[in-house]
Amino acid sequence: MARFNRWWIFKPVVFLLCLVPMAWLLWDTFTGNLSANPVEDIRNRTGIWTLRFLMITLGVTPVRRLAGWPSLIRFRRMLGLFAFFYAFVHFITYIWLDQAFAWDEILKDVTTTRPFIISGLASFILLIPLAITSTRKWIGRLGGKRWQMIHRLIYLSAVVGVLHYYWRVKLDVSRPLAYGAVLVVLLGFRLAAAAVYDRRPVSVQRAPLR
Amino acid sequence: MLIKRASDIASSEITPEDLFHNRREFIKKASAVLGIAAAGAILPACSNSTVSGMAQGKPKGKYDTDEKQTPFDDVTHYNNYYEFGTDKADPAQNSGKFKPTPWTVSVEGMVKKPASYALDDLLKGLTPEERVYRMRCVEAWSMVIPWTGIPLAAILAKLEPAPSAKYVEFKTIVRPDEMPGQRPSIFGSGLHWPYTEGLRMDEAMNPLAILVTGVYGKPLPNQNGAPIRLVTPWKYGFKGVKSIVKIRFTDKQPLTAWNEAAPQEYGFFANVNPQVDHPRWSQASERRIGEFYKRRTLMFNGYTEQVAQLYSGIDLRKFY
Repeated sequence: MARFNRWWIFKPVVFLLCLVPMAWLLWDTFTGNLSANPVEDIRNRTGIWTLRFLMITLGVTPVRRLAGWPSLIRFRRMLGLFAFFYAFVHFITYIWLDQAFAWDEILKDVTTTRPFIISGLASFILLIPLAITSTRKWIGRLGGKRWQMIHRLIYLSAVVGVLHYYWRVKLDVSRPLAYGAVLVVLLGFRLAAAAVYDRRPVSVQRAPLR
Repeated sequence: MLIKRASDIASSEITPEDLFHNRREFIKKASAVLGIAAAGAILPACSNSTVSGMAQGKPKGKYDTDEKQTPFDDVTHYNNYYEFGTDKADPAQNSGKFKPTPWTVSVEGMVKKPASYALDDLLKGLTPEERVYRMRCVEAWSMVIPWTGIPLAAILAKLEPAPSAKYVEFKTIVRPDEMPGQRPSIFGSGLHWPYTEGLRMDEAMNPLAILVTGVYGKPLPNQNGAPIRLVTPWKYGFKGVKSIVKIRFTDKQPLTAWNEAAPQEYGFFANVNPQVDHPRWSQASERRIGEFYKRRTLMFNGYTEQVAQLYSGIDLRKFY
């Protein structure tokens, strides 16, 4: 019980920390701290924070296994929902501030050969079912196994999201590649863990991997 | 800076920059000041016309736009100049060490007088003009900038290129000590130094093409390409090669920096064209810096009348 309470205290703290990038962006926007092209700044910053939250969310499982902190699982849903939150703000920035709801332009963006726009849109859309089914109720309704299958869409969303970033930059791909490298490590851990698990006797498969 | 100005300095060049920002405010203030002065004089009726004449700066030139000018602070703090870093804020931040004086420009190739010129000598006898141009970046944003420069045609006439010369090529200086973006790094910007640009001779002779030495009536700041840069307002901004140290005349189309780095995305011509999209984004509209919503991009950035004849019979989809 005492242990539970301690985590309960941490949750609002993490929640507020997750809001810091948004608060910081709003502060810069309304104090005139953004560059000459504020819409571009808002777009870039919400986009990069989406990727960061996707990476942080994907980092929960490796960290709790490697460091032996299984309780970290309590934060995973919140972190994932924040990734969705920043993706949503990013998406709205594009639709509203960038395109001013010019649906013909948006449709043109999506339908013509623009992997850059399509990848961004796909990365966002892939997160929608995850956000919807993030409640305990939905886990019950779907059953753990099917729920987990659906939530593996985050892997695809992150891959497509990094591609979106890669296609966004003009030439200097060092930062998108850095995100790509982090993602390779995060997904690689899962492949390696699965391989190790498969070779271990069933009785110890539930134990945390050290 | 040591660049000599011709005797007939445009009045805009001596107008303080802060007054340039808001002409209405300037008119109001100037009227008040001159009004008081005129009260002591005998010709109060003249004061008003004098004021408005001054407030207009020099009369609007043939090639000037009267659109609202982008504030000096934005023009000098939102830049693409990869030699100083790839972020828009990098050039203003990282160009403090750059020394634009003394400056020599080497003139080479198919030209009557190949030589190294001190910048002052290269520009000697030529009259700087103020040109208020639209500037459209390939990234779909734009500005309106009052440049001070010399028509490229006048400089070329002075250098006397050979009839065999079909193109003119420009190169930016390489100074990794002063330009952090030029230092070797794992990935770098993806561009090869020196930054190279070029124009067909007839494009270079077009009266819109200018070699710029100033902005807002001041010497060009380092982050904008000091001490001398190219401005071709009907083309995307990256054609405007900065801190030029080499002008070479040739009969072969130069391999330009962005064209070399990503040929499927950036062509040699790089004419502003709302009908030909960048492979990754639309070029149909642009965000004017300072405006909330986008505006439509104009063919040749609104300079069709001056430049369309250069491209008659050319498939602009193919030669982008």
